[in-house]
Amino acid sequence: MPGIMKKRYLITFASVVLLFLLLCLLFDAGLLGRRSDYFNGLLTVGMFYIIVVCSLNLLTGYMGEFSLGQAGFMAIGAYSSAIVTTLISDAVSLPAIVLYLIAVIVGALVSAVIGLLVGIPALRLSGDYLCIVTVAVAEIVRVILSNVGIPAITGSATFGKSFAGIAHVSDYHYVYITTVICVAVMYCYIRSRYGRALIAIREDRIAAAASGINVTRTKVLTFTISAAFAGIAGAVYAHYITTLVPTYFNFSKSSEFLAIVILGGSGSMTGSVVAALILSALPQLISYVVPAFVSYRMLIYAVILVVVMIFRPGGLFGRREFSMAGTLEKLTSRRKQQAA
Amino acid sequence: MTEEKIPVLETKSLGIQFGGLKAVNDVNIKVYKGELVGLIGPNGAGKTTIFNLITGIYKPTSGSYLLCGKKMNGLKTHQVVKEGIARTFQNIRLFKKMTVLDNVRIAFNKNMKASLLQSVFRTPYFWKEEAETKEKAMELLKLFKLESFADQYAENLPYGKQRLLEIARALATDMKLLLLDEPAAGMNPVETAELKESIKMLRQKFGIPILLIEHDMSLVMSICERIYVLNFGEVLTSGVPSEIAVNPDVIAAYLGEEEEGDDSDA
Repeated sequence: MPGIMKKRYLITFASVVLLFLLLCLLFDAGLLGRRSDYFNGLLTVGMFYIIVVCSLNLLTGYMGEFSLGQAGFMAIGAYSSAIVTTLISDAVSLPAIVLYLIAVIVGALVSAVIGLLVGIPALRLSGDYLCIVTVAVAEIVRVILSNVGIPAITGSATFGKSFAGIAHVSDYHYVYITTVICVAVMYCYIRSRYGRALIAIREDRIAAAASGINVTRTKVLTFTISAAFAGIAGAVYAHYITTLVPTYFNFSKSSEFLAIVILGGSGSMTGSVVAALILSALPQLISYVVPAFVSYRMLIYAVILVVVMIFRPGGLFGRREFSMAGTLEKLTSRRKQQAA
Repeated sequence: MTEEKIPVLETKSLGIQFGGLKAVNDVNIKVYKGELVGLIGPNGAGKTTIFNLITGIYKPTSGSYLLCGKKMNGLKTHQVVKEGIARTFQNIRLFKKMTVLDNVRIAFNKNMKASLLQSVFRTPYFWKEEAETKEKAMELLKLFKLESFADQYAENLPYGKQRLLEIARALATDMKLLLLDEPAAGMNPVETAELKESIKMLRQKFGIPILLIEHDMSLVMSICERIYVLNFGEVLTSGVPSEIAVNPDVIAAYLGEEEEGDDSDA
């Protein structure tokens, strides 16, 4: 690894750990007092939003294809992981961390497999046509989940149209680490030969093929990876909220994710992270302060979206990324200039 | 030319039909090692269609084509590139929102071996390969005097340099045959001269055979060793530039028959 990159990765890693310690201080040491649980919850929700929005950004920002079905893959991850962990925890009692890991892995794998199966035929299409297929897939998932009752295999959980009694194992410590790993993996994917090929396809599909890139394979691979991360987000969600309702994963959820991607800047992971945190927490915070506001949640979205699109058409971050190391370098060089 | 030599590119009565239109019909072209062959003809004669057939963008409806004796029919575009045919496009097709360096690096992709896991977890092999690729790409850029633009977006390059970058990208695929589709189109005389120098340099340095589509006759006549003239999808004639320049059929194809020429302005 080149020295400069090593330094940058170390700085990023250190800041991620520092943030983690800060959160521990806030929540575990009870600095927030009785509000601790509330903010803790906001943060957890914000974090699985980050995962699913970043996964959608892979498609929208880097592959250049719109998907309005990300909630469908989230649903697949949520239900499959919940079924598995419920079955397991009825048979044996496992520590929370193990159950959580199983949930995340199952959610990712099942969602990835379905993403692959959908992607192989669907990615022959592009643009509007692909977008409609993704809507259809998500709707199929939702309709199946709403109508096909999963037979009650065990006594402790009620399978069926809604699914209650899922183990609450999405502790924010685990979720934080999961989120960091997911975002890092997606970022590294983009900044590798795979990501370069992907961006080349976005820029010009024919030229990419004429440069030796297997367009279909790259697109299917990315679609599968994106589905896997949406599945992880679903698993985290299921084991945080403990009750699943199919209607949560409806079309407006998918379009909400897409709106967040565009608001943050499609093609910027930083943008997705920041926009996901703000937009998942802001409506809750507002309704916390003014309880009457809760039904105007989507209105706030719309207003924010319109304002951002007018003043920053490329989204909050455009295609830029925030780099801790880069910012530090800038700050120190400025200080040196002032000192001189 | 010795008879037993296998041509780098050989098309055998290659053709494609769009509905009732025979866009390319019964085309036999041979390109031998180290040769620079021109492909000329009036607009709509089917020159670019031949390129699209050879690079797998269109599937031929008749005939076949071979690269170094190997049959290439039915291969997809990226497989054709892997076998060793690289091309540039008539309307420049660069990755506009990627840097000049990345535009070239893309073409090395097919020979890079870092797996998905190695890339995501940033193993030493990943870094080694990235560094090597960057170095190779920079060398190519230097060849075309583009190294000072390496970090700029491709779309910000001046027109002539964009053409050169496209050739550099094609070269990076490490090919056996280079197809250039109207590289001088829209260039001013200075840029055309620069292009001519670049093509000469390519041939001296790499000795790669080139098949060139071009409308700039002075360029074609001065650098090509052999020329195929295409008209209405068929090969009208072929030969060395001096023959082609005086061939009455070629002149007729470009300027029309004499009796038609009289009232062409009317």
